[in-house]
Amino acid sequence: MEKTWAELTPAEKREERFKQWLSPPGVSFPTKQAEKAYKERVTRFTKAFKLQEPDRVPVVLPSIGNYAAFYAGTDLRTVMYDYDAMTKAWLKFLKDFDQDMDTFVPPAMVPPGRALEAVDYRLYKWPGHGIANNVMSYQAVESEWMKADEYDALIRDPSDFWLRTYMPRVFGAFKAFTTLSPLTTFEEIAIQSFVAFGMPEVQAGFKALLAAGSESLKWIAAVGVVAQAQQAAGFPGIMAGMAKAPFDTLGDTLRGTQGVMMDMFQRPEKLHEAMARIAPLQIASALSSVGPGGAPIVMMPLHKGADSFMSVKQYETFYWPTFKKVVMAIVNEGITPVLFAEGSYNKRLDIIGDFPKGTVAWFFDQTDIFKAKEKIGDRCCIMGNVPTSTVLTGTPKEVKDYCRKLIEGCGKGGGYILSGGANVDNGAPENMRAFMAAAKEYGVYK
Amino acid sequence: MSGDFVNLLADLKEDEVLKQVKQRLAAKEDPLKILEDSRKGMEIVGKRFAGGEYFLPELVFSGELLRQVTEIVKPHLTQSSAKVKKLGKVVIGTVAGDIHDIGLNIVDFMLDVNGFEVTNLGVDVPVEKFVKAMKDTKAPVLGLSGFLTPAFDAMKETVEALDKAGLRKNIKIMIGGGQMDDEVRKYAKADAFGKDAMAAVTLTKKWIGVG
Repeated sequence: MEKTWAELTPAEKREERFKQWLSPPGVSFPTKQAEKAYKERVTRFTKAFKLQEPDRVPVVLPSIGNYAAFYAGTDLRTVMYDYDAMTKAWLKFLKDFDQDMDTFVPPAMVPPGRALEAVDYRLYKWPGHGIANNVMSYQAVESEWMKADEYDALIRDPSDFWLRTYMPRVFGAFKAFTTLSPLTTFEEIAIQSFVAFGMPEVQAGFKALLAAGSESLKWIAAVGVVAQAQQAAGFPGIMAGMAKAPFDTLGDTLRGTQGVMMDMFQRPEKLHEAMARIAPLQIASALSSVGPGGAPIVMMPLHKGADSFMSVKQYETFYWPTFKKVVMAIVNEGITPVLFAEGSYNKRLDIIGDFPKGTVAWFFDQTDIFKAKEKIGDRCCIMGNVPTSTVLTGTPKEVKDYCRKLIEGCGKGGGYILSGGANVDNGAPENMRAFMAAAKEYGVYK
Repeated sequence: MSGDFVNLLADLKEDEVLKQVKQRLAAKEDPLKILEDSRKGMEIVGKRFAGGEYFLPELVFSGELLRQVTEIVKPHLTQSSAKVKKLGKVVIGTVAGDIHDIGLNIVDFMLDVNGFEVTNLGVDVPVEKFVKAMKDTKAPVLGLSGFLTPAFDAMKETVEALDKAGLRKNIKIMIGGGQMDDEVRKYAKADAFGKDAMAAVTLTKKWIGVG
């Protein structure tokens, strides 16, 4: 008798998800050629994740952020507000680079500007909104969005804290949500709980939210056009969703870097308790992001556990335990987390390999990747790390030479994916093409 | 007792530090002496950071302790604090189009505890503001910070503007932060790339001719 999903082991779940990724249910490719290319690419990635040798080293270009906008001669500001321009730019990149990449990311990371404006989003600045029109990135505003004395409220009920405390701060339009009753007061004949919803300021907040929703529907339809073209061209995605380390949720989103670092001294127990409370929320959101047939991969951008942010001891005490918990929950559901270590992790290499063999991929920015291969390459897939400075200011030959060095040093025996150290949002297309040129010339396994 | 206080601050003992501040004020000690001891304590913090014993959390927390100490001492100050002689001036800031300041503030902290007079222009600093600050302060050293790749061009443009204003030959420019490296230094035509805040201190000392 066939086992139910719950009865499968993590390894069986992973196999099952990879199988579905390889042959996505309900998807038919327009041509045999596209289907063949799709399956080759998925197999290439799958084998690298499993620490096996694929046909050749797979490539993730550092252009998976906003580069397509630059490439098409427009900019981030324009594509955040003009979805046609966005679709066109990404379709152009998809067509022009079809020989130069193994995976493609639709513009799902380009936020719809009007939706953000509708709710007066304050956590981010974007071109034309807090930073100059021509800047090619959006950037988070560090602040103490959650106060030091609010840990208990967060821990008691994170959703309530989000709705009535956090959201009114980061969204100007939701200011009046502080006057709502907790939603859990809707109990029995809940007359009192309705009252706040009648207030004009609260209603204005909900109207703004509805407007952001309508705008986002138009946007997601435009993203969908690109995603369909991507599927038709035989390019798999490389991530279904994102998750964060609980320490980063506290440090980026809620308390800010200053705040969370003071808490490490002034209220460490509360910080630990809050991270433990956040972990299952991150896990649930990561698991729900992976749909049938999509890439069974969750990207985890890691921020405040890097070498320059804390000591090894602090990393082991504050960062690693709940981070590992989130990673393992994702792994145990058969999903592969790609752990993007921003900055450098040279002092963490004795710690971060502690995962079951072939279940996670470490994506390095500035870490000594050869050392990483040596220390954790027998357990974890390694990705990275052509420096952004070489991609942006170097020649195609310099990029290709760097890629060669990485392939020869990290590609041995499989388990390596050639990538940039971080995304770039502009730069010469020839430098982008040099990645695949190097992979084809030096990265074929015999 | 004051040696104790310096070490307690350097060891980040919040309760003891604050208790001692209050005791010393109650004993009618010169509040300037307390501030001077605090400065010594912070110097040790800077040294421990440079030596790899302390990290960012300790810097942040020591800054918070200093803030609390100063707040308690301030009402007791009768004269404005005697100016400590500074080694030289440095201007720092995060270049246009980039709003990141964690690295910038570490550099500020380290230059400050090492005796330099720091003008911190903050984040997303337009080229003209850098030019004006270099004119106004006559500082011989400029530190450009940036986290993201768009900073590559902003740094280049800042250096060019200083050149155009005729200031370039009199100043030394160092860059650092996030995605910066020596390739970017060449691209931006700066004088040096520093991989961390200690490098900023070493470069500044070298250029200003101290240490």
